[in-house]
Amino acid sequence: MGSNMAEAHPVGFQWVMEAKSRGAKVVHIDPRFTRTSALADTYVPLRAGTDIAFLGGVINYVLQNELDFREYVTAYTNAATILSDDYVDAEDLDGLFSGFDEEGRQYDPSSWQYAGHEESGRSQDMHSQRETASPMQHESHGGSTYAHPRRDLTLQDPRCVYQVLKRHYARYTPEMVERVCGVPQDTFRQVCETWAAASGRERTAMLVYSVGWTQHSVGVQYIRAGAVLQLLLGNVGRPGGGVMALRGHASIQGSTDIPTLFNLLPGYLPMPHHSQHETLQQWVDAIRHPGQEGFWADAGAYGVSLLKAYWGDAATAENDYCFDRLPRLTGDHGTYRTVLDMIDGKVKGYFLLGQNPAVGSAHGTAQRLGMANLDWLVVRDLFLIESATFWKDGPEVATGEIVPEECRTEVFFLPAASHVEKEGTFTQTQRLLQWREKAVEPEADCRSELWFFYHLGVRIRDRLASSTEARDRAVLDLTWDYPTHGELDEPSAEAVLREINGYRVADGKPLSSYTELAGDGSTVCGCWIYCGVYADGVNQAARRKSRHEQDEVAGEWGWAWPANRRILYNRASADPEGRPWSERKKYVWWDAEKGEWTGADVPDFERTKPPSYVPPEGSSGVEAISGEDPFIMQGDGKGWLFASVGLVDGPLPTHYEPAESPFRNALYGQQANPARKVYDRADNVTNPSPPEEHSDVFPIVLTTSRLTEHHTAGGMSRTLDYLAELQPAMFMEVSPELAAERGLEHLGWAHVVTARSAVEARVLVTDRLAPLRVDGRVLHQVWMPYHWGQGGLTTGDSANDLIGITLDPNVLIQESKVATCDVRPGRRPTGPELVAYVEGYRRRAGVGGRPLPVVTATPSEED
Amino acid sequence: MGVRTWIEGWPVYRQLTGEDPLGRGAAAQSPVSHELLPRTAEADGVARSVCPYCAVGCGQRVFHKDGKVTQIEGDPDSPISRGRLCPKGSASKNLVTSPLRQKHVLYRRPYATEWERLDLDQAMDMIADRVVAARAQTWEDRDSGGRPLNRTLGIASLGGATLDNEENYLIKKLFTALGALQIENQARI
Repeated sequence: MGSNMAEAHPVGFQWVMEAKSRGAKVVHIDPRFTRTSALADTYVPLRAGTDIAFLGGVINYVLQNELDFREYVTAYTNAATILSDDYVDAEDLDGLFSGFDEEGRQYDPSSWQYAGHEESGRSQDMHSQRETASPMQHESHGGSTYAHPRRDLTLQDPRCVYQVLKRHYARYTPEMVERVCGVPQDTFRQVCETWAAASGRERTAMLVYSVGWTQHSVGVQYIRAGAVLQLLLGNVGRPGGGVMALRGHASIQGSTDIPTLFNLLPGYLPMPHHSQHETLQQWVDAIRHPGQEGFWADAGAYGVSLLKAYWGDAATAENDYCFDRLPRLTGDHGTYRTVLDMIDGKVKGYFLLGQNPAVGSAHGTAQRLGMANLDWLVVRDLFLIESATFWKDGPEVATGEIVPEECRTEVFFLPAASHVEKEGTFTQTQRLLQWREKAVEPEADCRSELWFFYHLGVRIRDRLASSTEARDRAVLDLTWDYPTHGELDEPSAEAVLREINGYRVADGKPLSSYTELAGDGSTVCGCWIYCGVYADGVNQAARRKSRHEQDEVAGEWGWAWPANRRILYNRASADPEGRPWSERKKYVWWDAEKGEWTGADVPDFERTKPPSYVPPEGSSGVEAISGEDPFIMQGDGKGWLFASVGLVDGPLPTHYEPAESPFRNALYGQQANPARKVYDRADNVTNPSPPEEHSDVFPIVLTTSRLTEHHTAGGMSRTLDYLAELQPAMFMEVSPELAAERGLEHLGWAHVVTARSAVEARVLVTDRLAPLRVDGRVLHQVWMPYHWGQGGLTTGDSANDLIGITLDPNVLIQESKVATCDVRPGRRPTGPELVAYVEGYRRRAGVGGRPLPVVTATPSEED
Repeated sequence: MGVRTWIEGWPVYRQLTGEDPLGRGAAAQSPVSHELLPRTAEADGVARSVCPYCAVGCGQRVFHKDGKVTQIEGDPDSPISRGRLCPKGSASKNLVTSPLRQKHVLYRRPYATEWERLDLDQAMDMIADRVVAARAQTWEDRDSGGRPLNRTLGIASLGGATLDNEENYLIKKLFTALGALQIENQARI
């Protein structure tokens, strides 16, 4: 679901086909029939933006028929845990959970806690959690709560999670799924039966998703719904199970682990918040949550080792290891907030590093207007992408909103080195680091980012060398002494990897596991979850033992974090007594004779802690993990069906309509995610949805995605001969019914309109997009690829120009997989007439009414 | 040239009499094609690499000669990809050798309508000057309650999902020391 794997991850899809050839059933659920659907056993079309209603229906089917893997659910999930008496479910509050504050549009989560732990919810500040996307910390797994909550192993207590879950989804019936999603009841029941059958000791099911799930105003809850279902069926931590996030860029996993993200430091440590993390101790306690169980208890060691990696000898126990020098968050500093700040003239300089937001980010117009209002912009790329040339040939130059002679932004374009002209590691989608050898030297001015940032740092430090300003100590004391080599003075990527891995301060010996890290300043480690990638002084990510010379787990190819473990939480592949659930699904188990965990993978458990281990009364941290708690990063060691912390928009996934929808929410009075992040501005208007008036101005649902032959914003594909030839033009897919209704001609032109813009494309009339019957009427959906822009060998309008900025509140990712729109035959108007045309739609829809701000480009006062 | 050699030099004869009745292999070979070697055989060396497009992480073998990339193929040893590449991965030699690739620094002055060339060293100096100045102009030392902020909201960055871990590490380290917070990448998008 939410993934077109055959199209977007084709080489990975060979494994799905391999499984199919061995008898696996492949089910594809997607608004559009795709290359993946063509190879699936079952294809189910559904309305974009209704996946939680669908998944909730499957959960309801499993619970009503008691098809959950009971032994797994009771022992390994929090199904038995008793919730606070104060908790009130969305069923009883018409779509809201207890604790909602209408004014701030945010929750007080104290009532969502486990019974007896209500106080722990009170310390959570949901406003700043949403502003700082703090739930992202949990990507390295594990939310905090207290160890040893009260449980009812019979699952009969009406306040236990199992019963709460059952009531929450009771109305997600096949009839409701048909009404909301447009999926016929028979088809839906067939999916339920197939999914529920892939469960138990002998069987598993694997769930695959991509940004078709992530990019929604309820995106995190989509994934939670998938996880709830997989936990109920016992499909987590087992071979052939799991919830697989297919990520879309060569090292997007790595850029989350070692984050170029505003709210995180390496290894998912939070960037400190000005009021909540004033001191090192407050910061560490906020991560480790004293009293909870699991490995986050050692957060102090991870944090201090990072500060030592940054500031070396200057970081001492006396100065809290320079903790004061870290910049502080005060709220939302995400990319969308920042772009709107650019429009408002608050940002001076902007670096773009292999990224093309003029095409790839939501609301292209806002992106380009923001860049047109900077003092300076540095673009580092292989090609002259649209984000480098917006001032010259961007769509706003045509409409007159950007006048080159009046646009002050100074632009530096620096050519980058390609993946074969530098060495280093990518982290692929399953946490596997693979080292790339350099094949050739970069030509002329082409340089790696490693070169650029190292030498930029050297120059900045030179300029500040004689400074007496306190703020400059953080720059001058930074450890920045990487060895360089060759004619270009390229810094050593291996030396950087060694620092990321970590070493002992005393003798420089590389560390081999994060369990060796210390909080007393005696160890350095740039990213604790990567500790071990340079174990024994050997670059483990460079290992290339052929698949023909090792087993199918292939543990000697590259290196996976953490600890070269290929399946996380694999303790769950054994039963509570430590025996494999079955011979067929044998993976990691307890060897009683040797007194250790063993198996095909690195066990995700303390090697010698037996299944029978019972933690002592009052224990916390690692000691408190019992012998049958597989989820060792969770505060209670359990997989969470119910999430009492970590989410700002509710403890259970609940169907809300997308921010833009032609339909009223059939399940609750609450229409859309009540906690979604909105930027209500004249330059970021939202199409109206029921019960608002005029939603009929935009009656059609729009969704976008990728093609195999192109890559994201097109900078690495529209510039290539072969790929431009294989997919030579921007197009849209529409059903024959919609084509007839709107007079669209196959291979002719049409355009799509939203409150943001109008985008034209060639029309492909196809049965791949079937109209659905939703809530008693016919719904049309249109689809567009989003790869095009004005540059490269094949040019076209950018689909992202149509999308507005509304974000998921947990991670601040935009809702770009569903919007409402109108579709019209023929090409869109050009020049200033385009602005007037879209303005006409806005007026009819009763939104905005003011045109986007025109960049006047007055120099800022400081200049 | 004897008659026998002449007849055997005729592909259709070899096709009809030899072990290649469909004429798709040895029978169709000319002396020229017989002498041809794949680019991979003539390479000076081969680098073990990884495809730069999606996150599957397919293994690549990058063949090079005289400092130029001559061929990129799937790595059959890889347990992830088993030697396969998709259309993008297969086209990645085109990515690195494309004539559209920019090799030189370009500079657009404020209010200019065209690019101009700029020396790399000079560009690095100018960027360093601008970072130092923007940071000084927008520095926030403390919040209204006197608590440390140590930051600038005047410098932002976007990108990283196509870069190496080592590169992201240096980017984050330098920007964090500079107090620049609005450092983001595709993972937010």
